[in-house]
Amino acid sequence: MTTMALGKAINAGLRKAMEGDPKVLVMGEDVGKLGGVFRVTDGLQKDFGEDRVIDTPLAESGIIGTAIGLALRGYRPVCEIQFDGFVFPGYDQIVSQVAKMHFRSGGRLRVPMVIRIPFGGGIGAVEHHSESPEAYFAHTPGLKVVAVSSPADAYWMIQQAIALDDPVVFFEPKRRYWEKAEVAEDGSPDLPLEAARVVLPGTDATVLAYGPMVKTCLDAASAAAEEGRSLEVIDLRSLSPLDLPVVYESVRRTGRCVVVHEAQRTLGIGAEVAARVTEECFYSLEAPVLRVTGFDTPYPPARVEEEYLPDLDRVLDGVDRTMAY
Amino acid sequence: MTVESAGTAATAPTAQAESELVQLLTPEGERVPSPDYDRLIDDVTDDDIRGFYRDLVLARRVDTEAVALQRHGELGLWASLLGQEAAQVGSGRALRPQDHVFPTYREHGVAWCRGIDPGLLLGLFRGVDQGGWDPRENNFHLYTIVVGAQTLHAAGYAMGVQRDGAVGTGDAERDTAVVAYFGDGASSQGDVNEAFIWASVFNAPVVFFCQNNQWAISEPFERQTRIPLYRRAAGFGFPGVRVDGNDVLACLAVTRAALQRARDGEGPTMIEAFTYRMGAHTTTDDPTRYRLAADLEHWKLKDPIERVKAYLTRSGGASHEFFESVDVEAETMAEHLREYCRSLPDPSATSIFDHVYVEPTPALVAQRDELGAYLDSFEGADR
Repeated sequence: MTTMALGKAINAGLRKAMEGDPKVLVMGEDVGKLGGVFRVTDGLQKDFGEDRVIDTPLAESGIIGTAIGLALRGYRPVCEIQFDGFVFPGYDQIVSQVAKMHFRSGGRLRVPMVIRIPFGGGIGAVEHHSESPEAYFAHTPGLKVVAVSSPADAYWMIQQAIALDDPVVFFEPKRRYWEKAEVAEDGSPDLPLEAARVVLPGTDATVLAYGPMVKTCLDAASAAAEEGRSLEVIDLRSLSPLDLPVVYESVRRTGRCVVVHEAQRTLGIGAEVAARVTEECFYSLEAPVLRVTGFDTPYPPARVEEEYLPDLDRVLDGVDRTMAY
Repeated sequence: MTVESAGTAATAPTAQAESELVQLLTPEGERVPSPDYDRLIDDVTDDDIRGFYRDLVLARRVDTEAVALQRHGELGLWASLLGQEAAQVGSGRALRPQDHVFPTYREHGVAWCRGIDPGLLLGLFRGVDQGGWDPRENNFHLYTIVVGAQTLHAAGYAMGVQRDGAVGTGDAERDTAVVAYFGDGASSQGDVNEAFIWASVFNAPVVFFCQNNQWAISEPFERQTRIPLYRRAAGFGFPGVRVDGNDVLACLAVTRAALQRARDGEGPTMIEAFTYRMGAHTTTDDPTRYRLAADLEHWKLKDPIERVKAYLTRSGGASHEFFESVDVEAETMAEHLREYCRSLPDPSATSIFDHVYVEPTPALVAQRDELGAYLDSFEGADR
């Protein structure tokens, strides 16, 4: 066991993947000498060379589009998008090309690539640096979308994503990059990439989260426990596909479900989860599925982001509302 | 810049096209000597030229047959290559087997040169698939509809070629070039400009082959550029050349030079094949709304096939029987194409779930079963 920050854990996972497969490449803006603006690729260029850790020109469509070509040639590129709000120049290549290549080729072509995106707010950043665009990608067939919440998951899930032959959009909670936890670097991951994880068992209500909100929900569960309320917290981990059987099992026991995400509410991950939990657990539900989310506004200036973002109290407020039914 | 000078600049590309064009065969079929390019085709025999003639005629026949199939409702759409045969056959015949091609949706002549069965081109336009061939077998990628997107794929693929050590080894069977086809309309796309930058700064073995057919649906190429397109290459740091896109020999020579440069590790080249879209953009388009019949007549005189026929006739390189035999072959091929098209089965409804992911997800399996059960609920269901 090693104590590792989440960002360092991704770095260690990338390193392990690159050691294990010479076809794995890292490419993006400032990923080389600088090691990325969050230092997630720190030291990789020094050890693997400029041919495998590529500082690209400053154009996201170019990063994704050329990664497709590299993947078609047999490489496994891992693209870094510097910030969530900068992915959109590459959106066409992701949605129209990456996502559809396997399908439109009748299964003949594969584009095994990973698109890493630091996402979410809470770091006092200027606009376009705090967004949560995961629903756009989860809405796109052909992409797999995951979000990590802990150093151990970060370490293993980046390796699992790289090993997968489908393209993966890999969301990293940038405000948790420096939070540390134990990581077992040897052995193998304890869950498949696409599996949800019950991170805290409980009995009174099911709270679903992913990425940066998992810790927020665990904190909320601790506070709720002090008041004698037992929350079950599930880290969805995979947003496309969603591992819902784990959720259904939980909700059938608790009868109550609250979905938490930073992203705006309308047509977000919470909306899809609510629809499907309602379909599958209708007779077990004691209350409607509730959402605790960002609001349907553009991401606000940093001095008001605390009010925009779900925090411990808003999660507890959501729990109170579902318990009141 | 004054209004007057802006007006002059806007008309410049066409005027300069004439003076800067590489041409080895005039529209009348006369061979034009070229100190720069003759050596690149000095191995080309009359037998080869007869082969190019056959390529040109068959590519055109595939095209006219596909247009007819669309008119008869057998295809939903077709994008005609009429007038662009020489640009495609000349560049296509310059390729070596290991070279990799990223086409637009109009490269039927290049597909022919890569050995793709013309029938396989029809599936996309009939609506039974989205690309019926295996791109790895002939090193010919699927057609790309979003204009310019494939130029980035080509640049990235070429970076992979570099990493495989398949550039500059001197081994003619190993060194590999990548060709990105695109058009004058696509030259305005960010992706094309980004592909230029990537290829340039990484010195990637790519040839950017632009068929400037002068029309992006209804927009003349003056709406895309104020300078001849090939000159853009200089701004990105690599050579650009303008070639008579209706001259199969010039297209062959210029593309051979650019491909060899790429294979030798000397980086990208942009070729602007100056040609003319003789037909509509696609079968849904009506060019009479935006261009003059006189222009079409003017370009008919520069037909890419007639000049090869004239050359072969004048030089005695081909007999009347040869031309006749090619026509007969074209008719037979067209007949097969017609029958093949009509025989193409519709895909089964539930097959749409097959290749969304490498392994189907549980949710997709459930949706497939849901659709299947729904379809089966109808009496006499046959899917």
